Amino acid sequence: MAQIIDVDGDAAGAAAEGPSGGGAGGADERVAARSPLRQALGRPELGALIGAIALFVFFSLTADAFLRTSSFATVLYSSSTFGIMAVAVALLMIGGEFDLSAGVMVTSASLVAALVSYQLTLNLWVGVAISLVVTLGIGFLNGLLYVKTGLPSFIITLGTFFMLRGLNLGVTKATTGDVATNSVADMDGFEQAKTVFAAQPEIFGVNIYITVFWWLAFIVVATWLLLRTRVGNWIFAVGGAASSARAVGVPVTRTKIGLFMGVAFAAWFSGMHLLFAFPSVQSGEGVGNEFGYIICAVIGGCLLTGGYGSAIGAAIGAFIYGMANKGIVYAGWNPDWFYFFLGVLLLIATIVNLVVRRRAETAT
Amino acid sequence: MTDDVDATAPLIKLTDVGKRYGNVIALRGVSLSVAGGEVTCVLGDNGAGKSTLIKIVSGVHRPDEGSFEVGGEPVSFASPRDALSRGIATVYQDLAVVPLMPVWRNFFLGSERRRGFGRIDVGFMRRTTKSELLEMGIDLRDVDQPIGTLSGGERQCVAIARAVYFGAKVLILDEPTAALGVKQAGVVLRYIVQARERGLGVIFITHNPHHAYPVGDRFLILNRGRSVGYHDKRDITRDQLTALMAGGTELEQLAHELETVSAGAARELTEEAKDLGVTPTDD
Repeated sequence: MAQIIDVDGDAAGAAAEGPSGGGAGGADERVAARSPLRQALGRPELGALIGAIALFVFFSLTADAFLRTSSFATVLYSSSTFGIMAVAVALLMIGGEFDLSAGVMVTSASLVAALVSYQLTLNLWVGVAISLVVTLGIGFLNGLLYVKTGLPSFIITLGTFFMLRGLNLGVTKATTGDVATNSVADMDGFEQAKTVFAAQPEIFGVNIYITVFWWLAFIVVATWLLLRTRVGNWIFAVGGAASSARAVGVPVTRTKIGLFMGVAFAAWFSGMHLLFAFPSVQSGEGVGNEFGYIICAVIGGCLLTGGYGSAIGAAIGAFIYGMANKGIVYAGWNPDWFYFFLGVLLLIATIVNLVVRRRAETAT
Repeated sequence: MTDDVDATAPLIKLTDVGKRYGNVIALRGVSLSVAGGEVTCVLGDNGAGKSTLIKIVSGVHRPDEGSFEVGGEPVSFASPRDALSRGIATVYQDLAVVPLMPVWRNFFLGSERRRGFGRIDVGFMRRTTKSELLEMGIDLRDVDQPIGTLSGGERQCVAIARAVYFGAKVLILDEPTAALGVKQAGVVLRYIVQARERGLGVIFITHNPHHAYPVGDRFLILNRGRSVGYHDKRDITRDQLTALMAGGTELEQLAHELETVSAGAARELTEEAKDLGVTPTDD
């Protein structure tokens, strides 16, 4: 490991003889000596990128329908609905925590908006706003419980997962007498809200859901946040070594709570898309999706132990997820194979990430 | 070596300081002063009270007895942050770094330089990290490498450079050479000298007299919570320091114990003790 460093003086004389050679020159020469390939190998999203390309080529060869623009729009849409959540979940995982309630929280968000608006006959925008407050509140509660109890976030959010799952079904049945909410399609504000959350503008002759563009916006904002702001620095630090971060003055509790609320915000957004794309909400939906988000983030290079990963990686992970999900259908296989496929992808991606990261850290 | 120190009020002055935890007396009657451009070494075995002493100076604990002055003013710190605001920075053994983060992000962690809208000034921080480390004599190939890839000695030095950059006047180094190999320890000792030459006061805690003697200007030796010696460098030789540290009588006792196990090792130890001038006569 020490060979990466070159300290002036004899104490680290051996360092100059690193594999890249040329260590004795000035500082700038040595920076240039680090090849672009090596730099790429140090990126967390590399494994995912290779996987995405391989999968794309694979489905292009095996499924004729895969390369059609309309198919691609479907793949992108599927990727985006997972990708929006995966980006927020990736930030949380870089910050060292899990959120198992993320999947059902999406359903909760749309249920709150639908039930409140319908039962009180309010403009849908009011329901949307109340849903935002409630969902952020759930995220805050997740974070607060974590910070106050010091229990693993895995356990705390497992608890909120079951609570939300029960509430989703129970409250919906109690108010509507059914497992689904009444359609809100003819209510005030529906058309407006639909253009924001679930429009399908036509691009290159195909209708693409607006979530694809929102997904891109989430990626850009999250990446900027991680790499170019103080908060981003804190996210990496609280995930990598929380006690060290605290010692140098990073507000650890605020950062962690904020990350849980970030996931809640993404869940609210996804919930609003669901509501305005499919106006009647099924209260049992969303169970199991939380693992999908985590898988996207891990395929994208996030470490389960925190402190490492990227939003772009998670987005590529979501793209892989979308391709596998729809590609299997286009290839004419039984969709049941999707989960097998997903498991294989997860294992391969994790191993690739491990190898890549070790090489990047030990060699220069 | 101590001649160039000015005669104004010392940066830190402890007089007859004591600290007890419940009915355990951790420290009693310890005096210490540190001036700019001076290295004061605190030596002692485990349990001698070194940690308690640093915790008092760094603001973690308040002393129960005695006085504590910073720059001639009596102080009473409520937290390490108070101490930091008076320019007293502590570099602990675990260094407070995040291994997977780049060197420059670690350097500025918690005190990031911003350019408005929460944006951080990446270029400035990269350049500053590089130049500050260069000034300490560390020529990093790439400040973007994870700090975990640096050797233990270099990580120490980054932590020291960080404290210096953020305005430390007094550096407290808690056993910076304890976990290091001979060469790496040498690197750290050089940075201690460099910090002194920049005019900082350094409190260097160690249990190794061979590390302390070459860089120290004064030596405070603790044993069981009491000062057993406070000497200027010109008043003490390396051997005397070692002898004080080891506690001559204890060394002799160990030799007796070892004799029953291994006569050879015991003889060697007795010789050693004799060389140090702590054994009165041959046994």
